[in-house]
Amino acid sequence: MEATERSFDTNVQLMKYKVLKSVVEHFDRDEMVDIYHDAPLEIIPGPKPIARCCIYKERAIVGEQLKMAMGGEKGNANVIQVIKIACDECTVDRYHVGKACRGCLAHRCEHACPTNAISVVDGRARIDQEKCIECGRCAAACPYSAIMQYTRPCENACKIGAISMDKDNACEIDNEKCISCGACAYQCPFGAIVDRSFILDVLQLMKDSEHNQKYRVYAVVAPSISSQFTYAKIGQVVAGLKKLGFHDVVEAALGADMVAYDEAAELAEKGFLTSSCCPAFVSYIQKSFPNLVDKVSHNPSPMEAVARFIKRIDPQAKCVFIGPCTAKKMEFQKPEVVGIDLVLTFEELQALFDARKVCPEEQPDDVLDNASYYGRIFARSGGLSDAVAQALKEQGSDFDLKAVACDGIEQCKVALLKAGKGVLPENFIEGMACVGGCIGGAACISHAPKDKNEVNKYGREAKEKTISDAISVTRI
Amino acid sequence: MEIYVCIGSSCHLKGSYNIIAALKRLVAENHLEDQVSLNASFCLGHCQDGVTMKINEELVTGVNVDNIEQIFREKVMKELDIK
Repeated sequence: MEATERSFDTNVQLMKYKVLKSVVEHFDRDEMVDIYHDAPLEIIPGPKPIARCCIYKERAIVGEQLKMAMGGEKGNANVIQVIKIACDECTVDRYHVGKACRGCLAHRCEHACPTNAISVVDGRARIDQEKCIECGRCAAACPYSAIMQYTRPCENACKIGAISMDKDNACEIDNEKCISCGACAYQCPFGAIVDRSFILDVLQLMKDSEHNQKYRVYAVVAPSISSQFTYAKIGQVVAGLKKLGFHDVVEAALGADMVAYDEAAELAEKGFLTSSCCPAFVSYIQKSFPNLVDKVSHNPSPMEAVARFIKRIDPQAKCVFIGPCTAKKMEFQKPEVVGIDLVLTFEELQALFDARKVCPEEQPDDVLDNASYYGRIFARSGGLSDAVAQALKEQGSDFDLKAVACDGIEQCKVALLKAGKGVLPENFIEGMACVGGCIGGAACISHAPKDKNEVNKYGREAKEKTISDAISVTRI
Repeated sequence: MEIYVCIGSSCHLKGSYNIIAALKRLVAENHLEDQVSLNASFCLGHCQDGVTMKINEELVTGVNVDNIEQIFREKVMKELDIK
């Protein structure tokens, strides 16, 4: 089934998908020199624009999106980048008077305003935006709740305050603060914030392998895949990946089993720890809580742990992680990450499938089984804590685990602030930057409430029932 | 001697972890730790043929807990000239 409007949560994702698909098609036809001319015309055929002033601006934006799909802006180390001409420069005024205003007699809003920014004109309150200091007292005072607070979607999505406006009112990302979680990219209604892609590097890596003869290319898939591509069975997605040219498909969840086991031992030894699986969470600690850096678990992330294992038994291997995460695109570039060579997202995989006309639901049912239930439930909030508890049990440890599972970066912030002050009652922080855990990742094709159940169900299907049994194979 | 047992998903589901356990036992029982290097491998390309292993460069398919001892005697012990 080729992706359609219904496949994605939003048409911004659909547009990104069309651009990525076009990149793969041009690469496969060896026609990259024509892409900047052809793709904008293919994607915006006209004569009417989709959402902007004219087709020429829309085509210009496709040009910028192509650049992001082919590696993004050189000289900008962040994988989350802004396409300035795509930014709608939505209003920056924080408080607005809505239709519910009755122009009443009381004028509580006017009296509440400390800067005299409110007047009532023609039976309706009016805010002088020059005077407004955005304190919100008027909104709190209005008995009709007629004064609304408005935040730009990108700013609202970024719970750590890394987004501001530049002098032209276009979105600007502070790379010193940004943790590359991708929340803003997922939320921007105009697709002006994009995660740059490494899809061309993946295509080249696979091509240069000469059908896995020169070296073997492995797909390391995140357990959140169980909530994606639901139009096919996971085994069919695996078969599809092999048809695309991957030598073998391995669960990142096996790396999660390895990490849970080692992290439990590290926790028991040190007495206090934060998880290290989520690269956005780790980056948040490094950038905003430097005094807690030594509390971060020294274990690699599951993605990296399993890739190192693959390379231990196949030293020539190349490993491509496929997951829901934009921050992984930052993580794999770190010098200490030696297992994973490249990162793709589920969105990008969908584009790759469709460009190559590989329909997962038409493939034979292959299998995917390398991890335990506990490794697999890392994909959802709380799963990592459950796995560490299980690992402590399997190790016969008497360590009294008190875990706090932080669901989303706001909860992470609260726990880290408490930990910094020494008032956190728990002794283990599970940090997941995305709400819901990885199944809420910015680069998931779809985000649905049932995703958590899909993960649990997939977890229960694992052959190995304990972490020890799953990781036994890594300790031959 | 190098032995590789496939631990890819298909072989795993067909019991390759048990084969590794059996081989570990056989190596230990026969005191071959110095002569036999037991390793894991990802897909060896015979997913349809049961658990697959590679002994030096020779592929052996359809391995199970019932025939592993015989395979070990014939492909490993004999090769190493041990009776």
